[in-house]
Amino acid sequence: MLRSAIPLIIFILLAILLYKGLSLDPREIPSPLIGKPAPEFTLPQLQKPEAQFSKQTLLGKVTLVNAWASWCVSCRSEHHLLMALAKDGVQIYGINYKDTHEDALGYLAQLGNPYVMNGHDLNGRVGIDWGVIATPESFLVDKKGVIRYKQIGPITAAAWTKSIAPLIAQLNKEPG
Amino acid sequence: MRLLLLLCCLQIGLAHAIVESPDIQPDEFTTNAQKERFKALIQDLRCTVCQNQNLADSHASLAKDLRREILELMQQGKTDAQITQHLVDRYGEFVLYKPRFERATYILWIGPFLALLLASIGFILLVRKRAAQTTHLSDADKQALTEELRRNPVSTPSPKK
Repeated sequence: MLRSAIPLIIFILLAILLYKGLSLDPREIPSPLIGKPAPEFTLPQLQKPEAQFSKQTLLGKVTLVNAWASWCVSCRSEHHLLMALAKDGVQIYGINYKDTHEDALGYLAQLGNPYVMNGHDLNGRVGIDWGVIATPESFLVDKKGVIRYKQIGPITAAAWTKSIAPLIAQLNKEPG
Repeated sequence: MRLLLLLCCLQIGLAHAIVESPDIQPDEFTTNAQKERFKALIQDLRCTVCQNQNLADSHASLAKDLRREILELMQQGKTDAQITQHLVDRYGEFVLYKPRFERATYILWIGPFLALLLASIGFILLVRKRAAQTTHLSDADKQALTEELRRNPVSTPSPKK
């Protein structure tokens, strides 16, 4: 009886394994940066190229750092959510990734600007340091400048309510 | 023959494309050894965008940037290990085509050998069991069988036409 059940058990185990595999997103690569200090960087500001946006700008508050580009379609789909979050007081800082000045500014003029400040990462160098694979990607950075969460792809309503919003509330309580 | 020649040409073209990535000019390498090192490095690192291509083969813009980054790190005098670590620090071990041997990858490295071992053990047990099951006829049985066969000869079936 038990012997004849063995193939069935193997089948069920394999089926569970493969079914689990179906629900995994291969794009979700765990970032080694979580729990580590955000990389040091200095970028010219998108709106004021003579002024700088650097890691120091992020310190002392909980920030959402969003890598985006005007040529990125999923960034557009994420944009209305960013606008809503900015309205709710979330401090969103942008890394404008491999974009031209005009395109980026045109995008913000057209769709609205949810960002407190934007850095212009023309050659994608800073993007590499943040481990950006494909825009949009968002990082939740705590008051000490440590990366606490990474969202690959657009922030979804589910990711926001389940993970990001509670984490922001928690991080806001931590000493700066 | 002509097809073979064509294939050879294609092959050379492909190999060429891989070695001389259009974004990195050959004169950016000071020595041939440096060029070989670069080639080896980008062969073993994964393009995180396309995932199933290495940095050498990928035309993704990130792969291009990373090739440039690797070249610059080489020019800064970084060792291969330092360059690899530089990328692992940013993108995680996923960039390594050959995963390191550590806790998270034990099952990956040992798994196949373990499976082979288990299968071998199973096979040996099965063979032993089968061998044990083979019935041995006693002399009396053999004699009875011969007697029986003599009385009722088994007719060999004639081959079908």
